[in-house]
Amino acid sequence: MQSYVPFVMFTAIGFAFIFVTLLMARFVRPSAPNPNKQETYECGPVPVGDAWNQFNIHYYLFALLFVVFDVEAAFLYPWAMAFRMFGLYAVVEMIIFIALLGVGLVYAWRREALEWE
Amino acid sequence: MSVRVYTSSKSYRAGQFFGGLIVALIVIAIASLLPLLPWYKLNPVLDFIGMHPWLNAFLKAFVVVNFVALHVLFLIWLERKFAGWMQARLGPKHVGWQGLGQTLADAIKLFLKEDIVPAKADRQLFAIAPFLSFMPTLLTFMVLPFSAAWIAYDYDLGALFVVAVSTNVALGVLAAGWGANNKYSILGGARAVAQLLSYEIPMVMMILAVVTLSDTMSMKQIVLRQAHLWNIVAYWPVMIPAFLIFLTCALAELNRTPFDLPEAESELVSGFHTEYSGMRFAFFYLAEFANNFFSAGFAVTLFFGGWYGPILPPVVWFTLKTLILICVMMWIRWTLPRLRIDQVMGFCWKVLVPISLVVYCITALIALK
Repeated sequence: MQSYVPFVMFTAIGFAFIFVTLLMARFVRPSAPNPNKQETYECGPVPVGDAWNQFNIHYYLFALLFVVFDVEAAFLYPWAMAFRMFGLYAVVEMIIFIALLGVGLVYAWRREALEWE
Repeated sequence: MSVRVYTSSKSYRAGQFFGGLIVALIVIAIASLLPLLPWYKLNPVLDFIGMHPWLNAFLKAFVVVNFVALHVLFLIWLERKFAGWMQARLGPKHVGWQGLGQTLADAIKLFLKEDIVPAKADRQLFAIAPFLSFMPTLLTFMVLPFSAAWIAYDYDLGALFVVAVSTNVALGVLAAGWGANNKYSILGGARAVAQLLSYEIPMVMMILAVVTLSDTMSMKQIVLRQAHLWNIVAYWPVMIPAFLIFLTCALAELNRTPFDLPEAESELVSGFHTEYSGMRFAFFYLAEFANNFFSAGFAVTLFFGGWYGPILPPVVWFTLKTLILICVMMWIRWTLPRLRIDQVMGFCWKVLVPISLVVYCITALIALK
């Protein structure tokens, strides 16, 4: 538990730093809200509708691919600490593992998941 | 519908503000000078602090926050000066020597600006976004080794800690983009997250390559292994491509040109922080430049032998190398034009990811021998 102390402390101090600065600014800055000022900025024209609507499905595909490869990296970090014990055998296994993921990438590539039309 | 003109009748309470500011500056100045004190005279005090982990952590966090804030003031000045020189201008010149006080003046101006929250925004998300984007950056400074002694905490899993924490910047960007309920912001936020996540993968693989060669994840140990020869020289066939991929990914993670399309000024009106004003906007800027310093410092740690160098003290060497790398990033920024989103994503998944996988496999074979 001892090693979590600095983590907690850094988070708390960082939070306090921003919070106190914003709080101090609150006392000196002007505050004159009005409906025109609080309108969503769109370079002048009156905005139509919300911004919370559908956006490109491709972002989702990239997120899926990211999860696959990031999990792979999470597996490789402990591997990198231990593979010297097992020698070439471990390295070959790792290369097979990466090659399998490479096949996945090629599949996504061929299915045009990486294209934007 | 007639438009009413609203005016603020409140005074700015300038006297109070500047009094407070001067006190705060003095405190900050004293705090940032603390590391330069002759520590041996403070042994009883240090023993007391060392025995209390919470007090110890508090002081370290305090010094690091002050360092980040003050350093960013300098970095923004450097960036503007550098941009000026690149474009045959003079850059900031009037506030202080060579305009060195310009950033402080800007910060005070932002401090005094009204904080506008759009009526349609999701107020909670809008409010926590600056916290979410600054916190991961601050946490990464926890393990950045300025020298053998000047490292806040040398975790055994330092490199993994950086990877785990720094990805969370995406949360802040997404909160800002979604919370503002602005079409520019949401486009910028979506682009930024897609870009951050995609470029994370080659970057993680290249950090992993260095970890594999060094056989340790502790940031301090990674530098100690380079006491005689920098990584980039010792293992040049794999480390030179690794460094170039790392630098590219760092530029993309920082949303700097040529990858600055999440905040493209000329098309998205600065993207995910379009709706932010005043001090909240300043925190996004602070996070961005702090992140810039960290990325350069991390690259120096991984590839350029960290604090090692002749004659000058280690801390100076580390800072010097980091600043040189930051200047390289600025040079790239003011040289190259912006890419399109399909080019950016295509470049990552079709070029960088395959190359980084191959480079990593070769690195593993080299590390084995």
